[in-house]
This record gives sequence, structure tokens and C-alpha cells, in this order.
Amino acid sequence: MAYEPILTSQIDQPGSSTLDFYVQRRRGYEGLRKALTLQPNDLIEQVKASGLRGRGGAGFPTGLKWQFVLKDTPKPKYICCNADESEPGTFKDHVLMERNPHLLIEGCAISCYAIGAKVAYIYIRGEFYHVQQILEAEIEKAYKAGFLGKNILGTGFDCDVFVHRGAGAYEAGEETALIESLEGKRAQPRIKPPFPAVAGLYQCPTAVNNVETLCNVPLIVLNGPEWFSAIGPEKNGGPKLFCISGHVKKPGVYEAPMSTTLRELVYDYAGGMLDDRPFKAIIPGGSSVPLLLPDQLDTPASFDGVQKAGSLLGSAGLIVLNDTVCMVWLAMNLLHFYRHESCGKCTPCREGTNWLSQLLERIESGEGRPKDLDLLFGVSNNIVGKTLCAFGDAAATPVLSTMKLFRAEYEAHVREGRCTLPAEWRAKHPVFAGH
Amino acid sequence: MSFHPQMEYAPAKFHKSARTLAEQGPAFAYTPENQARFDENVAHYPPDQRKSAVLYALYLAQSQQGYLTASAMSHVAQQIGCSAAEVEDVVSYYTMFFTKPVGTYVLNVCRTLSCALLGAERVTEEISAALNIKPGETDPTGTFTLIEVECLGACDRAPVVMVNDDWHERLGPDQVREFIENVRTRGAAAFTGCHLHKEVKA
Ligand SMILES: Cc1cc2nc3c(=O)[nH]c(=O)nc-3n(C[C@H](O)[C@H](O)[C@H](O)COP(=O)(O)O)c2cc1C
Ligand code: SF4
Ligand code: FES
Repeated sequence: MAYEPILTSQIDQPGSSTLDFYVQRRRGYEGLRKALTLQPNDLIEQVKASGLRGRGGAGFPTGLKWQFVLKDTPKPKYICCNADESEPGTFKDHVLMERNPHLLIEGCAISCYAIGAKVAYIYIRGEFYHVQQILEAEIEKAYKAGFLGKNILGTGFDCDVFVHRGAGAYEAGEETALIESLEGKRAQPRIKPPFPAVAGLYQCPTAVNNVETLCNVPLIVLNGPEWFSAIGPEKNGGPKLFCISGHVKKPGVYEAPMSTTLRELVYDYAGGMLDDRPFKAIIPGGSSVPLLLPDQLDTPASFDGVQKAGSLLGSAGLIVLNDTVCMVWLAMNLLHFYRHESCGKCTPCREGTNWLSQLLERIESGEGRPKDLDLLFGVSNNIVGKTLCAFGDAAATPVLSTMKLFRAEYEAHVREGRCTLPAEWRAKHPVFAGH
Repeated sequence: MSFHPQMEYAPAKFHKSARTLAEQGPAFAYTPENQARFDENVAHYPPDQRKSAVLYALYLAQSQQGYLTASAMSHVAQQIGCSAAEVEDVVSYYTMFFTKPVGTYVLNVCRTLSCALLGAERVTEEISAALNIKPGETDPTGTFTLIEVECLGACDRAPVVMVNDDWHERLGPDQVREFIENVRTRGAAAFTGCHLHKEVKA
């Protein structure tokens, strides 16, 4: 753990969110100053060379995404910063915006310059109102100090950053749904192509990037692409925030290179298992990725490492589960989430999540029939690959993954007509226990 | 109309709309302060894209009146320059808008995995018992509304409860009754707020 945090350096210091702190203690806005001396294309090349991969979930190379943004067009271009952060188990952007907001503001300004945009919208989930207030106050200070607005640092570059508040919808995190929501409509995805890089916000070329992704941009400009890619394993470079929640002693956000293993994150960073109970499984990348088992804990927590182990790093939301967790209950809890959050645009997802949720409630409450297991499997497979956005696959994953790894628990529920692992942290009354 | 000659025409069974109309409510217009806020916000977007300000406009109306009525939605539509149906479409999609009156304190208890692992189901159960209301209901004094919500993005401080725009974190089931009494007597001062800054370990 010799690693020195960069994104989250000094965030426990008083006043760490202020402009003065940022400028004096974190070399604030030096990256922007340097970026404005370069050609936009060179900036894109630098980000490409750094190997920065999107931190929003898909791990797509950021430089490439920017390169795709249509150049020859009279239309304005836009940066949309994805601060919707609604993937269960994820809370890293929350920390960055609350404790280091100027890093994001600087990242927005540099990114606008790189793709030729003059406006960045930060789409923040409605529930983060306390964060929004901090962000808006600091944006105002950045304007006053000349880091935003007209003729930034005397270079003739103009850039506005606005915060846009969502109103409670997980699906608004999907990039085209986010754009729809920004346009004042329901947060329902668009059919791709065209991709946002060609026709995004107001049908103009747009790059949608996660908060943590944009926060890395000033660091790359300031320290160089080689510095960045040297942190962590090849193709998985740069500092990374990990969100650890569930049954651990010290849940929280921890910054580490992606060479760190899941075991180190759980046992060293997060202090090990709560009450020293046995470890049962881990969800390594937010609720929508497959579970990993104890013998996979030595997997490096990188995009490629976790994928090789059969799951995904996703949004790096690690949810740790001890031996008290019933896997049927877990699937039921998450399918309640997916049923609630499905935007309803495509039938397999809208109807399928409802079916899965009801089936799981039935099995968990002890009313399940043997053929329900096949039905669960069948419905899940009728969602996977048949939907407009990645939500469908995500929704089926908790069911398919728990059925694959813990089928015996499902069978025991059906056989014994009850939950075979009723944890004491669950509700006493069935109404509140979700069935 | 039936879709097939042999399909029975049973509008009562098949054509039931789940759509409920919002209450008309008294005449609504922004206060001058809110009008100024709206005008400032709508300028963030290109002049031909006023609809982008609809969520903001709705938040303003909701903060002014406590919940959204048909009159309020019409006023928002007029401000934006779109139809009232378009505004209603948006209101019905997002979870943070209310079309019925709610209590002074709306207790939004996170029920998703990380919070549930640390007792969120029991928190809801205890609040429900303490106030004698079910999720979705408001207590007779109009002080509390109980709502179950999905992940709030603060899973390391589970179980999390969002109270209006404020937060209360690490609310254990055993602390629920004391918490409710505290809110009754001390109001918003009873909330922990977002205690990220005290707890983040770099
Ligand atoms: C259902 C769904 C929800 C998503 N939610 C988020 C989110 O809350 N925050 C986020 O940054 N990306 C989210 N994404 C990923 C975005 O679609 C998009 O890939 C990302 O914002 C791109 O930014 P990046 O390249 O910087 O990672 C979501 C994707 C899907 C399919
Ligand atoms: S997969 Fe689900 S969330 Fe995605 S567009 Fe279809 S219905 Fe909406
Ligand atoms: S699960 Fe409750 S805040 Fe994420």
C-alpha cells in the first residue's frame, strides 16, 4: 500500500473542495493552462497515448471516443459529464465532486477544448443535491477566477460549465438516455447508431464521459501520458477509485492502481470481513456484473483482470457478501431494483424484469415450484441480447450468476418451501422482507 | 376495437389505463423569486431548447407548492413553451416528483443491496411500526411520509435515508425510534447530513 492517492489526495483536509486549496495545494488549473497551449488534436493524442479507459462502466478508451466526435460540422459540440452515479454499490463520483470538485471542472474545460465544444453539462442525479450545491458554488468561483467563461486565461477560448439536475431515474445513466433527459424528456435510450459522437445532445456531436474519467484528464495533461500508463498494469493504467460496501469492517472509497487484487481491497483497504465472518462471494463491479467466489480473490482489480476471471470491473463497485447472505434473496433484491428502474421502452426488459422479480419473490417466500427454476432461466435468456440498451443484460445477470454458482440454494428453497438462510438483518415481517 | 374477430371486446378488462390525472389544484404561478430562478436556469440552454429546463422548472414548482398539480404543470408548460401533456409525461417518469401532498419530512429509505445487507429492510419495518404507516403513506399529522427508494449512491454509509434534500446516514434499525423523536423535536438538526468528509479514508 505504498501508493499515494492522486485523485483523492488530501480529501480529508478541511477546505479541500475550495478553489484556493485546489490552486495552492494541488497545482490546480495548471493542466488547463498547459492544455490551452497545445493543439486540440495533440490533446486527443495524449489522452489516447495514456490509455485512459472510461470509468463509467464500459471501460471504453476515452481518447478514441473523442476522436470519433464529428469534426467537420457547423453545429456546436458538447461534453456531457455523466454524474448520474446510480449503479448499486457505486459512490466514487460522489466523493470526487464533493471533495475535489475543481478537478472535475478543470477536466470539463480541457475536454471541451479537446473536442471543440464550448459547453459542458454535468448531469447529476437529483438525490445528490448537497453535492450539487458544492459543485455550483465552486463553478461560480472558477468563473470569477477566469478559468471558465469568456476568453479563458487570455487565450480566446470560451467555455461554460452548467450543472443539470436529474430527478430520480437509474436509466438516465445510460448515455443516450442521459441526453434525452437533458433535452427535457423521459430518460429512455435512443437506438444506436447514430452514436452521440455524431448526433448526441440536440442532434449535435457529443462526448458523454463519466466524472472519474474527466477527473483524470488534467492529470494526464500535467504529468504526461507515460506517467499515467505507468500506474498499474498494461492497458489498465492510471489511478482508480474502488467503492467497497457490504459486509466489510471499513466500507468506503479507496484509491489504488488496478494491479491491486480484490483480496487486498477487501482485507487490507476495507479492513476485512465484518465481525470476522466467512467470505461468501463478491460482486466486483456494481450490481449488474457476475459474482466471484473466494478462490478468485487474487484477481487483479483491473478491467482485463476481472473480465478474465469471468466478471466485469464495471463501475468498480465492490459489494462484499458474507455467509449470512441468501443468494435467492440477493437476486430478488436486485431484480426489485431492475424492475423498478426499467425504462419500459423494450418488451423483453420491461416484462422480463417483472416476471423475474415475481418468480424470485415466489421462490424466496417458499411458494416456488420446481419448474420455476427453468422458467427463471428461460425468462433471463429471453432478455439477454434482445434489448435496446445494456440494462437488459445487466438485469438478467444477478439471476443467471446466482443460479449458476448457487443452484443448490434455489433448489433448497423449493424443496423445503422456505428461505433456507434467513439472516437476522432481514425484516421480521414478510411485507418488508419483499414477499 | 378488437384486434381479431374472435377476440372478445372487453374494454373494462383490456383497455384499462393506469394513467391517473393529477389533481387540478388552485391557480398556480411562480413567485417573482422563482420566476427569476427559472429565467436564469433556462439561459443555460440554447434558445430553441427551452425544454431542457423542464426538470428544473418542476423542482421550482414543487418547492413552491409542496407537490405538483395540473395547474402547476400547465404553468411549467407555459414557461417552457410546450404542451401540458409533455410536462405530465416527464413528471410521471421520474421518481422525485410528487403529485400528491407529502409530509414535512419525506423519509426515503434506500432498500437496495448494500443497505439491505446492513439492515435496511428492518429500518423500513421499524419506521413503519413507529409511525403506523406503510411505505408510500403519510402519517395523520402530516409530518412524515415513508418511501422506499433504490440505491442512493452512498452505500458505504448504509443504511442511508434521504430526508427531503438532506441525508441521514448509518441509521441502524435500533436507532429508528430515537431518530423519529429527534426529528419531531429538533427538525432538520437531527440529520447527520452527508458525513463523507469526516469519514473518507484517503
Ligand atoms: C443502464 C445503464 C446505466 C448506466 N449508468 C451510468 C452511471 O450512473 N454513471 C456513468 O458514468 N455511466 C453509466 N453508464 C455508462 C454510460 O452509458 C456510458 O458508458 C458512460 O457514461 C461513458 O463514460 P466513460 O466512457 O467515461 O465511462 C450506464 C450504462 C447503462 C447501460
Ligand atoms: S433494455 Fe430496459 S432500460 Fe434499456 S431501453 Fe430497453 S426497457 Fe429501457
Ligand atoms: S445501496 Fe443504499 S445507498 Fe447504495
